[in-house]
Amino acid sequence: MIKTKFKLVGTRPLRPDGVDKVTGRARFGADISAPGMLHALILRSPHAHARIKSIDTSRAEKLPGVKAVVTRDDFKLPEREDLVDICRNVMAREKALYDGHAVAAVAAVSKTVAREALKRIQVEYQVLPHVTDVDAAMKPRAPILHKGMRTIGAEPAAKKDSNVAQIHTFGHGDVVKGFAKADIIIERSFKTEATHQGYIEPHACLATYGADDRADLWCCTQGHYMVRNACAGLLGMEVSHLRVTASEIGGGFGGKTTVFIEPVALALSRKAGKPVKLVMSRDEVFRASGPTSSSSTDVKIGITKKGKITAAQAILRYQGGAFPGSPVQFGAMTGFAPYDLENVHTVGYDVVANRPKQAAYRAPGAPLAAFAIESVIDELAHKIGMDPLEFRLKNAAREGTKSSYGPTFGPIGLEATLKESKKHPHHLAPLGPNQGRGVACGFWFNFGGQTSVSLNIGEDGTVSVVEGNPDIGGSRASMCLMAAEELGVPYEKVRTVIADTASLGYNEVTDGSRVTFAVGMATIKAARQAIAIMCERAAKIWDIPAEAVVWEDGCAKPAGSNAGNFKPMTLAEIAGSAGSTGGPISGHSEATADGAGVSFATHMVDVEVDPDTGKVTVLRYTVFQDAGKAIHPAYVEGQFQGGAAQGVGWAINEEYIYGEDGRLQNPGFLDYRIPVASDLPMIDTVILEIPNPGHPYGVRGVGETSIVPPLAAIANAVSEAAGVRLTHLPMSPPRVLKAMMENGKGAA
Amino acid sequence: MRYEAPATAKAAAKLLLGAKGSAKILAGGTDLLVQLRSGMKPPGLVVDIKHIAAMSGIKKERGGFRIGAAVPSAVMGENKGLGKAWPGVVEATGLIGSTQIQGRATMAGNLCNASPAADSVPALAAAGAVARIAGPGKRRDIPAEKIATGPGKTSLKKGELVESIFLPKRPPRSGDAYLRFIPRTEMDIAAASAGVNLTLDRKGVCTAARVALGAVGPRVILSAKAAKALIGTRLEDSALEGFAAACSAAATPIDDKRGTKEFKTHVAGVLARRAAVIAYERAGGKP
Ligand SMILES: Cc1cc2nc3c(=O)[nH]c(=O)nc-3n(C[C@H](O)[C@H](O)[C@H](O)COP(=O)(O)OP(=O)(O)OC[C@H]3O[C@@H](n4cnc5c(N)ncnc54)[C@H](O)[C@@H]3O)c2cc1C
Repeated sequence: MIKTKFKLVGTRPLRPDGVDKVTGRARFGADISAPGMLHALILRSPHAHARIKSIDTSRAEKLPGVKAVVTRDDFKLPEREDLVDICRNVMAREKALYDGHAVAAVAAVSKTVAREALKRIQVEYQVLPHVTDVDAAMKPRAPILHKGMRTIGAEPAAKKDSNVAQIHTFGHGDVVKGFAKADIIIERSFKTEATHQGYIEPHACLATYGADDRADLWCCTQGHYMVRNACAGLLGMEVSHLRVTASEIGGGFGGKTTVFIEPVALALSRKAGKPVKLVMSRDEVFRASGPTSSSSTDVKIGITKKGKITAAQAILRYQGGAFPGSPVQFGAMTGFAPYDLENVHTVGYDVVANRPKQAAYRAPGAPLAAFAIESVIDELAHKIGMDPLEFRLKNAAREGTKSSYGPTFGPIGLEATLKESKKHPHHLAPLGPNQGRGVACGFWFNFGGQTSVSLNIGEDGTVSVVEGNPDIGGSRASMCLMAAEELGVPYEKVRTVIADTASLGYNEVTDGSRVTFAVGMATIKAARQAIAIMCERAAKIWDIPAEAVVWEDGCAKPAGSNAGNFKPMTLAEIAGSAGSTGGPISGHSEATADGAGVSFATHMVDVEVDPDTGKVTVLRYTVFQDAGKAIHPAYVEGQFQGGAAQGVGWAINEEYIYGEDGRLQNPGFLDYRIPVASDLPMIDTVILEIPNPGHPYGVRGVGETSIVPPLAAIANAVSEAAGVRLTHLPMSPPRVLKAMMENGKGAA
Repeated sequence: MRYEAPATAKAAAKLLLGAKGSAKILAGGTDLLVQLRSGMKPPGLVVDIKHIAAMSGIKKERGGFRIGAAVPSAVMGENKGLGKAWPGVVEATGLIGSTQIQGRATMAGNLCNASPAADSVPALAAAGAVARIAGPGKRRDIPAEKIATGPGKTSLKKGELVESIFLPKRPPRSGDAYLRFIPRTEMDIAAASAGVNLTLDRKGVCTAARVALGAVGPRVILSAKAAKALIGTRLEDSALEGFAAACSAAATPIDDKRGTKEFKTHVAGVLARRAAVIAYERAGGKP
């Protein structure tokens, strides 16, 4: 049964980590040091694609103050298949595959010495032809990154090496028949450039490898268990010999769901026998962490005159950097998910190119597909003179719809977001000259996964929740709220801490919008277990059966007059006497969480385009999204706003720019343009709550869906304001101006 | 790295001249320190000019303003007289960075850093500003636009430094303006920029004009041709169209991460036109 009446859930208490963060006490990745610590730096390939013929580190090793140098020779290719590419990405082997690929690393007594040592490492490269564009990488004569790579899923089976790692297909019905029934068909091609999550905290870690082969690692990550397992695998350690502690985290957005520098720091520490600190510079973050895919997509949709979709098809090509694994299948699965379709077919090509291996970025892959598909949806609606929201309502997926990626939807909130946006004042507000309004829908699966939580009742009646997921969006506040709600104690009595990997069972990474759902569910279950124990303790004291005790308002009470007439015992009273009633009281939950509820959103945005310069100004923005149940509404709104804000950057100015030489031209925040505060209007939010049956309170993940619609919504708005359809992101001023001028729209 | 903070321009010049290896002047440091952090080879000597009293103030002189080389942008922004006389120059300097940066950044540093995209430089060039150079020999005065000779290069000789920048007295019915194009609203670097300074007669006809374009060439571009397109007009639409075209024609940008050649060329004209209209209104002209 889903709980619907709450005392604390749904309120907006202060965040528990707030004071630490505003006073500077919070410790991030680079904030920790150890006695005798060394400083490490990484030497990186200046070439996009080059054979590494030799690496001579002898002159660096001779430099006084240098304590260890590592190269490919210090990393054995791991047996675990899932770690092989990670190993190759962490330290280049036969070839450097992108500008910024790590080639060697040095640990020295100071950064100055380390810097000098890097200069003394001689790497002999044989520069190879490179390819960075997704369409170019798929061409028959493109430079091949990986000898022997054959396209998985190709029909007939691939006979030649290719940069296409895999082909994914999804859909149902018969699109050929569907298109035959259409009155209007629109077919268009789209491109998007790669972006970076733009987290403010660069990757940083401190590795301490002991002479007994036991190691500790402090690092900034979205998942320290993942770090432990990857590092242990790469260094040939047993997982329990490596303890990983997650620092406070200055943003991740998916970009901190893998390892880059951590195994290198451990290898250096092992070699030097001293603690090693390794911190990426911003330049390194851009060149050698995990940006998004760039993409090229063809969309074809057919409709009847009345606006019913008869067939929908998309071919998506995502370049995911130097190794397979772009999120193209997620794009192919999610793009049409908002619609109830009889005939739908999507094909996704996972392509490698000479760029850093992509990492997750909020709803990985989905925003790119939504951009292309929602643009065509918008155009179709306008073509038949139908309100784009009405058009979407007419075709919207509902409970019972067979989704474009297979499963049938349970209760979902898409329709609610569309209806809400139709009656919102934003929808009815007039627009001025050179202004346009765009809407778009978005979908994300959400995830559950392995989760472990302990909840300890303190002797004085306070509570500590011990969980293993780095708090990246305010989850500690939500855990405190849920624990307090169950236990019937004030929010302030609960403290939630993130334990290290040795102190708690396995936890999957903070990703997939899973934490408030899965860790929340585990917290509720752990609390319920602790409550059951406390009821037993009261029963013991009262000498009645445990079943005769209930938990209400933070107290154990006799279930009814039959049970006896005892004064209720508070949580604090039970905790205080725990020593004599059976010992410490804790609750646990260790489980793989199923039942994550999917989430939908509709975004609405107004923009103005300067016809003389092509510059886009975002004037107004409203997010409508289903949260299932908003545990801490301010944080839910924060997630909605954050997704929209990052979407604005992605849509308008953010882009990886590669030169002819295959080198990244803009590895810094000056020329990689994330929006500054003054670039954004206040982003309004409307939280809808269509409960997820898979969670005791109805929670759905909210962190990712919010970045799915913005690219399309903004493109639709800009296209209306500019009088020409924009099909290439980002819609930077030069691109918008060019499109307008070519269409005779610019005020030349 | 040796650090010196002399008390006079003469002493500074002497230190610079006597330096064995490389030497750098430190004003606000908002360029220099950033460059040092991002891997520039550290100079052997750094000469801080912020302790030189004569370089630290804004003085009226012959109806104009003499601005010391160590005066930060924020101080310029608070000087009402200066803001009234040269709003375009003050605005341009006020665009540099953020509030924090402006507490340090100087106009002389902006000029001597010799970035083609430096914001104050087109405004200074349009204003006819004159830099006073101190050095081992006699002081000399040179037009502001003659300081930078190319990206990161200046015409200053060893031992020389900018001591002050002089903005001359201007005739009545004069106005200036500076505009830059950035893809964002703040914290960005100009893809193109334009400074316009003009004087009108009693009837609102432009009698004199100076027009400078930034970020569309290796150094600031002073276009006499573009200026001519304004002179004798009341900045009617047709005149402005010709003016914008002349500015675009004078621009020599390159294709790079900040935009295409075509884009920058076009936008240089757009900005110059918009700046000219603002300058015209500031000079008392009625559009
Ligand atoms: C975050 C940030 C944002 C910025 N935004 C902008 C912007 O929007 N627009 C813009 O134009 N710039 C911008 N800048 C660059 C910089 O702030 C400006 O160029 C500033 O005017 C430099 O002045 P300064 O006094 O700090 O120079 P410094 O760093 O002290 O010096 C700059 C250079 O000039 C030399 N120099 C300094 N003074 C003299 C002198 N008196 N004589 C001879 N040589 C001298 C120095 O040796 C050095 O080479 C920005 C910088 C930062 C860090």
